[in-house]
Amino acid sequence: MVNLLYQKSITELHDLLVRREVSAVEITRSVLERVERVEGTVKAYVTVTAEQALATAEEVDAKLAAGGDMGPLTGIPMAFKDNMCTKGVRTTCSSRILENFVPPYDAAVVEKLAGAPMIGKTNLDEFAMGSSTENSAFFTTSNPWNPDLVPGGSSGGSAAAVASGEAVYALGSDTGGSIRQPASFCGVVGLKPTYGLVSRYGLVAFASSLDQIGPLTRTVTDCAMVLQAIAGPDERDSTCAPGPVPDFNAALTGEVRGLRIGVPREYLAQGVDPRVAGAVGAAIDLLAAMGAEVEETSLPHTSYALPVYYLIAPAEASSNLARYDGVRYGYRAARPEDVVDMFMQTRSEGFGAEVKRRIMLGTYALSAGYYDAYYLKALKVRTLIKRDFDRAFTRYDVLLTPTSPTLPFKKGEKTMDPVAMYLSDICTLAAPLAGIPALSLTCGFVDGLPVGLQLMGPPFGERTILRAAHAYEQKAGHWRRQAEGV
Amino acid sequence: MISEKDVDYVALLGRLKLTDEERKLYTGQLNNILEHFDRLKELDTAEVPPTAHVLPLKNVFRADRTGPDLAPEQVLAGAPDRDGRYFKVPRIV
Repeated sequence: MVNLLYQKSITELHDLLVRREVSAVEITRSVLERVERVEGTVKAYVTVTAEQALATAEEVDAKLAAGGDMGPLTGIPMAFKDNMCTKGVRTTCSSRILENFVPPYDAAVVEKLAGAPMIGKTNLDEFAMGSSTENSAFFTTSNPWNPDLVPGGSSGGSAAAVASGEAVYALGSDTGGSIRQPASFCGVVGLKPTYGLVSRYGLVAFASSLDQIGPLTRTVTDCAMVLQAIAGPDERDSTCAPGPVPDFNAALTGEVRGLRIGVPREYLAQGVDPRVAGAVGAAIDLLAAMGAEVEETSLPHTSYALPVYYLIAPAEASSNLARYDGVRYGYRAARPEDVVDMFMQTRSEGFGAEVKRRIMLGTYALSAGYYDAYYLKALKVRTLIKRDFDRAFTRYDVLLTPTSPTLPFKKGEKTMDPVAMYLSDICTLAAPLAGIPALSLTCGFVDGLPVGLQLMGPPFGERTILRAAHAYEQKAGHWRRQAEGV
Repeated sequence: MISEKDVDYVALLGRLKLTDEERKLYTGQLNNILEHFDRLKELDTAEVPPTAHVLPLKNVFRADRTGPDLAPEQVLAGAPDRDGRYFKVPRIV
């Protein structure tokens, strides 16, 4: 089978660029032609920046021709989730309230990827609140494996773009699973790094004690390369962890012998589709056959992660989203009676249903009389969840679970029932609460749909989970299969 | 149980104006969601400290120096309404 340029991994394209077999412009054209062909079905992008991408590619080619330096990501076309500020390119958060917002500055991750042709800004659930992209104020993205299904969310546009060849890689953000669950649904690799590893300067804030930016890629090696490029402290984000960034690529030894893997039984309990459990079970067997020491374990507070998350995240969101008042930027209602009426009309017209629901939930949890019962209680149980992980990582290097309890679901299936939609994140909520890194990669297919496996590690344990993921990926080979729905 | 009156009060705090239909919908949905949260009461957390932040970071300092800042024109470029170098809003008092 001929592997077209837009289907290749970062490492393959980088080698071609180094050997001067293709130019950055040729690669970018291939991806843009792919966008033209499939975007009508996939709808991954809120904004496509074709001219800008080609201009960047031309600059890269000129620099290379002049003998300039080339980083591993130089000239590789990519996409940003549309909640990362891009100077001069509108950044909507898939919300009416920011529909015409053009940031005057770049996010830190955008600065760091300056040599990469940006294909565009990808669709998301409004303000990253959701699990399907159905909460986008503009449109729903389709799953590239079957366009009747959702791509997952909230970084569904980024995951679908990578899976369909509309970008070689993309960045997403993850607050409760927003990188990993869509990675699982779209059959790509998605990593939520340790809290503090990647600067969030210029990322539109949702829940500040949880939000992290991370890569969505086709292979684990690509994931390590993108992480290498975006990780590291930034004095503009005071929640960044200090210290040098390790060499992630060097960790990919292909070896898991002696690796201690714990499988928390709570994650394979009721509510998990038996077909998902089956694929995950097969992956466990393969890792054991490769020499990993796999053992069942327990994270006893797992079932409390859902209520804890859905108290803490909306509470922080209700505070973060207070800034959208129609004064300095964004949408403003047409004819307000007075200034308070302007706030209220602007926000009621500018925010969608799920965002309003979470603002109210969070406001309620923080309001006088309920603060101790709900918000403070959630923070305390968060400590118990974190302690479960601390304890587990004294015995295990990696914890292994499904990424999502189900296969990708149909568009419209869960939109009327918020709790059913929230349950879609049941396997991914605990990692951000504990601040630990977690990665999703494909571990099999059921009825032509990808199933995701989640690997969690201790704080700053990215090297270990990348090593395990890479060794498994090379042995299992699922990454070679291209999305078949477009 | 949250009443429609509670929902109205919370909406006011969050600076949201609800239609009658939204008020009904959110009252039902918020009650449904909060029901799931009551499970947290099962846990004894009297001796458990809260976790607001997962990293052991305190007092993060950086050098206090001037640098390139956004020009007023850039800052005001996205304003829904302005008057010269000011953001313009409806009369407050």
